[in-house]
Amino acid sequence: MNGDPKLERIAKGNALALCATGTWTASFAPVLERMVADAEKLAGTPQSIFIDVSEVAQLDTFGAWLIERLRRSLTQGAVEAQIAGLSANYSSLVDEVRRVKATPVIDTGTVTITGMLEQIGRTVAGIAGTVAGLVDMLGAVLAAAGRVLIHPRSFRLTSTVHHMEQVCWRAVPIIVLITFLIGCIIAQQGIFHFRRFGADIFVVDMLGVLVLREIGVLLVAIMVAGRSGSAYTAELGSMKMREEIDALRTMGFDPIEVLVLPRLLALVLALPILAFLGAMAALYGGGLVAWLYGGVEPEAFLLRLRDAISIDHFIVGIVKAPVMAAVIGIVACVEGLAVQGSAESLGQHTTASVVKGIFFVIVMDGVFAIFFASIGM
Amino acid sequence: MAGEIQNPIIRVRDVTVQFGATRVLNGLDLDVKRGEILGFVGPSGAGKSVLTRTIIGLVPKLAGSIEVFGVDLDSSNTSQRRNVERRWGVLFQQGALFSSLTVRQNIQFPMREYLRVSQRLMDEITMAKLTMVGLKPEVAERFPSELSGGMIKRVALARALSLDPDLVFLDEPTSGLDPIGAGDFDELVRTLQRTLGLTVFMVTHDLDSLYTACDRIAVLGNGKIIAAGSIADMQASQHPWLRQYFHGKRARAVMG
Repeated sequence: MNGDPKLERIAKGNALALCATGTWTASFAPVLERMVADAEKLAGTPQSIFIDVSEVAQLDTFGAWLIERLRRSLTQGAVEAQIAGLSANYSSLVDEVRRVKATPVIDTGTVTITGMLEQIGRTVAGIAGTVAGLVDMLGAVLAAAGRVLIHPRSFRLTSTVHHMEQVCWRAVPIIVLITFLIGCIIAQQGIFHFRRFGADIFVVDMLGVLVLREIGVLLVAIMVAGRSGSAYTAELGSMKMREEIDALRTMGFDPIEVLVLPRLLALVLALPILAFLGAMAALYGGGLVAWLYGGVEPEAFLLRLRDAISIDHFIVGIVKAPVMAAVIGIVACVEGLAVQGSAESLGQHTTASVVKGIFFVIVMDGVFAIFFASIGM
Repeated sequence: MAGEIQNPIIRVRDVTVQFGATRVLNGLDLDVKRGEILGFVGPSGAGKSVLTRTIIGLVPKLAGSIEVFGVDLDSSNTSQRRNVERRWGVLFQQGALFSSLTVRQNIQFPMREYLRVSQRLMDEITMAKLTMVGLKPEVAERFPSELSGGMIKRVALARALSLDPDLVFLDEPTSGLDPIGAGDFDELVRTLQRTLGLTVFMVTHDLDSLYTACDRIAVLGNGKIIAAGSIADMQASQHPWLRQYFHGKRARAVMG
């Protein structure tokens, strides 16, 4: 009896019987749908129609629903369609399916000009919201820091040290490696192009100024935003999703004080250290390439470096580090706390955290460049 | 165990599972009959969920064999395995709904993967499943984060049932539900089992569920099945843990 499903039309007197046979299950759904669609065209004929299901070998929800769908479309009009020959096994399934109300039409949303304009407007308003969110978080963090200064015992030293290990100590190898390689590349490119003017030695000036003022801190800040900013957002975001942050709040803890402040402090302390190590690694890499590739002896390199740069260059670079760290940390924490219930939202906010973090780091760098130029440093 | 069951839907033989040095299941045998609701009980941490996850294939076993629908899952090839997976549905303890998909998309996810059906039929079947598990059609466009605990369980059940499976695994389906909701859920499982001819493997702690929903009960202890049979068999058992479980204060309250 098992086999391909069929729906045969048999005239019985002035009534029409639709005899369903074979397996009416999900695996045959495409065939079944076609047959049912064909049979639905019979709607409106004056004959009385009944659907005979006594020969159906197997029935599941898909088959039962398609028979029910057929019955409903044939019923429209004067004639009432009946289902006949239902075995006891399947009658409860058919009854269950009969309770299903007609499917509401799902609004998929069409693209309109006004809709697009509305979207643009919302995005622009969202940018203002982002800035407001950052300022809000900055205020909350400062308030929390103030409370901690008044009650130093509430400061979370263990947590801060733990995050220092995560964002500083464990970041050292990769930061040193990358900045070392960048130092090598800058020196190689400098020598290659300066050699044509016989100005090989000036590569030391370029390397020193570039690494100490800009590349060292900027590169490290971008890497930290990608490495630690994203981690902060993901941590806080998944805590938000599992209601851990609500739990903290109900126990009378301020999430800013417990979660954000130690992370932010760790980052503010870590970035200057990493920037310093990065700058040293880049200078070392540059010096190595200048020696091996450009024939600049280490003594000559160091002498030239001492002439070319002053402590100002170093200060200009290192002063930027904590500010950039604060920006990265605040952006990461704001995004983390903005995560909604879904995994997709966590992904979006982690992406946003890194993108916005890097963007604000570069904006800050520009602001610093203007400031230092105007005070003559 | 009382007698060999003919042609079981799940046949577990001599299964051993070990995590590090702790042996969770130790030479466990279990048969599940076609068309029954098997309640699976045992103390917390005895390895009920571990056995479920081992049968489904999420936890590797050290020794033993597991057959589902007569297919040995270790020696089966990919297509046999997929065929088995298509015929079972799993309700995880926390629902495990895909958080970035709506309820409708969650229920349609297995259909899209395994069946070639039109969007219209999928939408209609989704509504049918939602009606079956006692939810309103409006729920379809919500995301899992917008649902209550009970609704998540119901949607997860609807998703487990979306391909009309022959076998469903329910991991503590009534935990976290209020007694009325839990009672409704038991009733629902019973009704669905009757209408769809399901076999149900239900891990539970809920005595009410055992009394009202289950045909047979298996008890896990010390890594083995210590007893299997009807609720009357359980009450008659002299095993200390069973005596405590079925004659304790809460059990007496349930029996009235």
